[in-house]
Amino acid sequence: MTKYIDQGKNDTRSGYGEAMTELGRTNPNVVALCADLVGSLKIQPFIDENPERFFQIGIAEANMMGIAAGLTIGGKIPFASTFANFATGRVYDQIRQSIAYSNKNVKICASHAGVTLGEDGATHQILEDIGMMKMLPGMTVINPCDFNQTKAATLAIAEYDGPVYLRFGRPKVANFTPVDQKFEIGKAVMLSEGTDVTIVATGHLVWEALIAAERLEEQGISAEVINFHTIKPFDEEALLKSVKKTGCVVSAEEHNFLGGLGESVARTLTVHNPTPQEFVATQDTFGESGTPDQLMEKYGLNNKAIEKAVLKVLKRK
Amino acid sequence: MAKLDDLQDIVVQTRRDILRMVHKVNSGHPGGSLGCTEFLVALYNEVMDLKEGFDMDGKDEDLFFLSNGHISPVFYSVLARKGYFPVEELNTFRLLDSRLQGHPTTHEGLPGVRVASGSLGQGMSVAIGAALAKKLNGDDKLVYSLHGDGELQEGQNWEAIMYAAGNKVDNLISTIDRNGQQIDGPTEEVLPLGNLKEKFEVFGWDVLEVAEGNNLEAVINGLKEAKSRTGKGKPVCIILDTMMGNGVDFMMHTHAWHGKAPSDEQLENALGQNPETLGDY
Repeated sequence: MTKYIDQGKNDTRSGYGEAMTELGRTNPNVVALCADLVGSLKIQPFIDENPERFFQIGIAEANMMGIAAGLTIGGKIPFASTFANFATGRVYDQIRQSIAYSNKNVKICASHAGVTLGEDGATHQILEDIGMMKMLPGMTVINPCDFNQTKAATLAIAEYDGPVYLRFGRPKVANFTPVDQKFEIGKAVMLSEGTDVTIVATGHLVWEALIAAERLEEQGISAEVINFHTIKPFDEEALLKSVKKTGCVVSAEEHNFLGGLGESVARTLTVHNPTPQEFVATQDTFGESGTPDQLMEKYGLNNKAIEKAVLKVLKRK
Repeated sequence: MAKLDDLQDIVVQTRRDILRMVHKVNSGHPGGSLGCTEFLVALYNEVMDLKEGFDMDGKDEDLFFLSNGHISPVFYSVLARKGYFPVEELNTFRLLDSRLQGHPTTHEGLPGVRVASGSLGQGMSVAIGAALAKKLNGDDKLVYSLHGDGELQEGQNWEAIMYAAGNKVDNLISTIDRNGQQIDGPTEEVLPLGNLKEKFEVFGWDVLEVAEGNNLEAVINGLKEAKSRTGKGKPVCIILDTMMGNGVDFMMHTHAWHGKAPSDEQLENALGQNPETLGDY
């Protein structure tokens, strides 16, 4: 299989911050909004260089989404950022009416998604956001896997006209995708070709999928690993082409199995090519306090869980 | 200034449009629409600085956001009579495949509408965003918004009210339609709003009250006064006292016509009180 090297652990949110700094220099229409979480979102350099293009909204996410919608009227490209929980569930109707239905060019940029937020616990660990956002007509949903990809995705969505939900996380994780990658919205990335099973993963689970694939290779199992950084629009072609070859799938995500990547995979397979699938995801539960690694282990979201799911799905072929 | 008589003709014709629109589909919100007719006619025909035609960005022209989207009938009539789209299209209000949805939306591309509204409490935030974009663009035109008084029960408004004052969004004029009524009854019974003027002032707004919100001249004077207070470091609020159902005697002094259409006889009676001026659509 194709080998990937960790270039040095880094957090995806810093990829966002670095891209914002770059956008501040290259795109005069980009403006940033934040609801009292500037440090966590890593946008201080953008603010330092472009104070007039930053709006500190305070702890008022509903107002932030509305102001972001209004800023597009006049040609601005607002990047509204906060924790994923407060960027989605808390303000769903504001996003639905003022942004999605009104087709406003707002980029909702959400950090600290999933259980890897860690010790703060379930109040802050949203595991339902992908589902909520992908159900909104016209909303693009992106969950990049590492620092480099988050940076590339942030730059790419500035060039795309329409509402986007960009989801990333808190912990430092392996950084293994190319520095200078071109990010294509809606186009899944083939990471490693294989013949026995397809592993489709998104976000932090992509690296875990690669580790699982290596271990499976040692057992003589050839796994194909595909990075579905975009959940909507969903790259049906990439999935169907792969399962035609492998005949079974494991989906892996740091999200509830209801509403996430796995469900988009299942829907596509049901319609076009019914195929055995196992879900690596949380099982309709809230999270809890703990370290990111402990939580990924407990909630079955790491390479071991993926390996186990592969062995199970292979028996169902 | 356009002659007051000419503007009054638009007001009466707009009332007819509102009544005929909601009657035809036996749904919609005539009460609040009639209460805000003088305000919207004055705003679009006398106060706002508007360009020809419509584009979403609205640079170098004044903008208006309707937050209480359920009074779409008056908004649609005023837009159509101003020339944003053919008045005949008022015939399609709330019908299948229409651009005139029950609540205003950009989704079908109706000229004059810049954001969807209907789910209450969101319009002031959007108006603030548009006002901030104007400042960034060096555009000295103004942003207007309209809100129901009952709508202020939504918490998002108070986030927006706090933000606009704290950040000196002084190119914004937000009007509160204080008709004292909401679906379940008088606002003071459903959830008391208290002293709105004091509330806005203590948040840091410059507030003026227009006691005769259905007197065209008073509304115009109030709006012009508000305009003169922009650019001075504070957002401006107009508290506009209006009468729900104004211009139709049996629709006044009650909240019964918030979201109810008149019967055939009631329509005839109401239209009789408002004789055709500019021609029905």
